[in-house]
Amino acid sequence: MVSQATTESQTPQEYAAPSTIEEALRSIADGDATILAGGTDLMLQTKPGGRLPYRRKLVNIRRIAGLRGVGEKDGRISIGALVTITDIANNELLKTAAPVLPQTADCFASGQIRNMGTVGGNICNASPAGDMIVPLLVLDAEVELSAWAKGAVATRLVPLSKFFTGPGRTVKQPNELLTRIVFARPDKKYSVGYIKSGPRPALEISTVSAALSAIRDNDKLSSVRIALGAVGPTVLRAVKAEAYLEGKTVNAQVVAETARLAAEDASPIDDVRATAWYRRHLIQVYVKRLLENDSQG
Amino acid sequence: MTAKVDISFTLNGHLKKVSVPADMSALTMLRDMLGMTGTKLACGEGECGACTIMVDGVSLNSCLMYAAECDGRTVLTIEGLRTAAGLDPMQKAFVEKGAIQCGYCMPGMIMQAKYLADTKGKMTHEELQRGLEGNVCRCTGYKKVFDAVAAVVGVTE
Repeated sequence: MVSQATTESQTPQEYAAPSTIEEALRSIADGDATILAGGTDLMLQTKPGGRLPYRRKLVNIRRIAGLRGVGEKDGRISIGALVTITDIANNELLKTAAPVLPQTADCFASGQIRNMGTVGGNICNASPAGDMIVPLLVLDAEVELSAWAKGAVATRLVPLSKFFTGPGRTVKQPNELLTRIVFARPDKKYSVGYIKSGPRPALEISTVSAALSAIRDNDKLSSVRIALGAVGPTVLRAVKAEAYLEGKTVNAQVVAETARLAAEDASPIDDVRATAWYRRHLIQVYVKRLLENDSQG
Repeated sequence: MTAKVDISFTLNGHLKKVSVPADMSALTMLRDMLGMTGTKLACGEGECGACTIMVDGVSLNSCLMYAAECDGRTVLTIEGLRTAAGLDPMQKAFVEKGAIQCGYCMPGMIMQAKYLADTKGKMTHEELQRGLEGNVCRCTGYKKVFDAVAAVVGVTE
């Protein structure tokens, strides 16, 4: 076998299956590791001819109990990176506190993939169409990144809105592991909705997905967040539309203008699933529906 | 050199010890290393469900699972459903309802149906349809498949 100048190759040269976060962080400390969680994206992307080469070491984090579980402490909800999409769909705390997440999980891929795929993996894969990212963005979620530094575990929190830098690219360093997702438990007056496009619920890669959250007080909206999937290089926040809608009372004219601005905030492309024109049209339809509180996508 | 991983796991009630390449799928291990060809390769990308197996009682696409991840776990394939008493009730129902045409998708269909029966039990017709959304049949429709599963789990409208 011809040796390569870099350690990127078609197959992993080493394998590790740590059982604790600390062990995993030490294992990836040199930054030359590919992380395996659910594997549903990784297996396909690393196939011969795929877009992702393996780094030297394949580190399987599935055995780390400390990365599982959903909990709440001091009004903050925490979801472990290894929590599966099925776990999210069935979780009682999330059904009560943030029902938009179970609702989104329910239209994610298929039963088999929901059983394997993890929320941390869906985020780190950084697909512009990543399903779980859209509702997490309107919940103002942050991701905890952990690394092994100076003989100890060091963590930093990054707002999800600052996490993505492009398709498949994030601010996570090669020696860092996404360990959990945290967000404040939404206020009771908070209303959140999510719509995903597609001719069928199963195994659909979104053509457009959209989520909107706001505090609704007699139809007057504040703390508005609008997130859009599959209409730009990353899942994105429609910042112009958010700024316009803040403090407004919902009426037909406000709805129309918000929808128009949201379409301007996006930068969709033509691809096999839809044209950019159709995506801009769908954004407007979905933003209108979300504002009219009809999330039956 | 591709890293090799020594694993041991329970396959259909029997302990297996194998050394697998770190990047091999569970499906390739089952079919090409262990000769368990009941589990089928069709799309190879998690879209069709023909490769569905159960691991620790949970259904998944074995084409997307790393073989190394089977270490220490309990794996059930279509070959493991049959017992000394004969076919599993789900297998019998598929035969009796004529749910099988070419048969290629059947091992995956039956494993997913078994998972639904084990975890959900009685369900609505819509839940049944959603439960099998990850399994594709290219021969025919799904009505007889739904009839077969309904005969086992019971369906409420």
